[in-house]
Amino acid sequence: MSELAATVGDTMVLAKRSLLRIPRAPDLVLAFTVQPIMFVLLFVYVFGGAIQTPGYDYVDFLMPGIIVQTVGFGGFVTAMGLAEDLKRGLIDRFRSLPMSRSALLTGRTLADVATNVFSVAVMVAVGLLVGFRFTTGVVEVLAGFGVILAFGYAFSWVFAFVGLTASSPESAQSLGFIAIFPLTFVSSAFVPIESMPSWLQGIAEVNPITITVDAVRGLFIGTPYGNDAVISLLWSLGLTLVFAWLSVTRYRRAVTR
Amino acid sequence: MAAGAVASCRPVNPELAVEATELRKSYGDVVALAGVDLAVPAGSVLGLLGPNGAGKTTAVRILTTLLPPDGGRATVAGLDVVADAVALRSRIGLAGQYAAVDENLTGFENLEMVGRLYRLGRGAARGRADELLERFELTSAAKRLVRTYSGGMRRRLDLAAALVADPPVLFLDEPTTGLDPRSRRGLWETIEARVAEGTTVLLTTQYLEEADRLADEIAVIDRGRVIARGSADELKDRVGGERLEVELDDGLAVERAVAALSPMADEAPVAQDRTVRLPVRRRGGAIAEAVRRLGEVHVGIEDITLRRPTLDDVFLSLTGRVAEEEASTEEEASAEEARRPQEVAAP
Repeated sequence: MSELAATVGDTMVLAKRSLLRIPRAPDLVLAFTVQPIMFVLLFVYVFGGAIQTPGYDYVDFLMPGIIVQTVGFGGFVTAMGLAEDLKRGLIDRFRSLPMSRSALLTGRTLADVATNVFSVAVMVAVGLLVGFRFTTGVVEVLAGFGVILAFGYAFSWVFAFVGLTASSPESAQSLGFIAIFPLTFVSSAFVPIESMPSWLQGIAEVNPITITVDAVRGLFIGTPYGNDAVISLLWSLGLTLVFAWLSVTRYRRAVTR
Repeated sequence: MAAGAVASCRPVNPELAVEATELRKSYGDVVALAGVDLAVPAGSVLGLLGPNGAGKTTAVRILTTLLPPDGGRATVAGLDVVADAVALRSRIGLAGQYAAVDENLTGFENLEMVGRLYRLGRGAARGRADELLERFELTSAAKRLVRTYSGGMRRRLDLAAALVADPPVLFLDEPTTGLDPRSRRGLWETIEARVAEGTTVLLTTQYLEEADRLADEIAVIDRGRVIARGSADELKDRVGGERLEVELDDGLAVERAVAALSPMADEAPVAQDRTVRLPVRRRGGAIAEAVRRLGEVHVGIEDITLRRPTLDDVFLSLTGRVAEEEASTEEEASAEEARRPQEVAAP
């Protein structure tokens, strides 16, 4: 067996392990189903009436934003899981095995892609029920999902690094939240950037979440999006490369606390 | 014997399953290993005995490739722990002090996963998992999530995971810490069965009884150094001969008893409450002589025993400290140190 095939094999074994965990933990099932549904309904019915989105229904404006936010947080399972592996001594076991050095991390982030697909499907279904409609072609919509999943994957690597760095599973989760929560709100995810004070607009415009949301919005409902899809994919690629390198380096030296 | 071999660098002695020369490791200012030499002949059991913080776990982590040493070198199964780390990992099994099994998988799934990661292939990994579950009496719990297992069951599963690839060298880092006496004895029997099949074992423990029972050779480690080595019997002989313990029926007679027994003692007798302890030179006739001497001064005897020194006595005489008492406070201190101040409130 070639080393690459062996690495892929290790990754699949560990991705399966991460996915097996989900149906066995009720809180995680809730996180992937009820929470996205709740967010859609709250934003559409509670804030929807108060937020002006000229030319578009709020539900059409909102869905791309809320989907991007959800996949941005999807990697929290990786952060929590890795912090738990560290705490319970599993990292020591994995590191003493003749397996690939990156498989634990690629396995977990790959499992996040699967759960992200699931969350996105749930949200789109709920969105369609409350009035969301795609107004572009099949190719654009599929490209939109591609941009979303690439972005989610990049953030899984950010979370992987957080999980290997934090002192406990609990702090991994809250550190991840603190890092990403403001980013999602200072963006075009929920409100038009023009409604923000001008100093904040500057931040929001360069925020990769804004760029990704604008790209997805363009691909789903036909708003102008320029090069945002390409720039978003470059962000995802860059974040993935940087945080994958940081995380694998960290993992190689990780020792149970 | 292989253990007597000179610890020169190359070539590696093929009779030694584990060989370490001058291993050093520091964490910042804290010296964990200050030059440790170890030699474990293939097929034997070395017990690394010492309190928490003595450096036992650091030694195991270096030998299992988890940590690079700062200095010195080590080979396991003839492979260098740094240069041949990748090849070495398929020749060893590690069971740590944490019972490193996944709570959210079943017992079977845990072993299957480890088998796949040893790259046994799907069918072989499953077959091996069934076999080990059977051997460790976990078959009936095979399909249950590990989070429903008792502490003893988790340790058995952890040990089973270490044996998945049938490794020639096994590292057990405090395998029975925190177990009840019954589970502990069960685990000992399992380890003994493994050794009987020819596996080399390096075992760390802070339980003197455990080293006494399992290890062919014991290395007593304290503050990053090996301070004594030998078989349990050799170490006990070092501390001197037999211990005579006399329990008096009257606490007020202690001084008279000490005075009467002194002539037959190796060192000054030690009195505690109503009990007088003394090392004696000769085993034969010691009890009769003690009874006669105490009778002459009219001191009544409640109980009298002659026993060989335990490893507790060994540790006490080597370090001047009791092994287990100190352990807990040191462990807390180092755990506290390791925890980084990164607590952040949830938003």
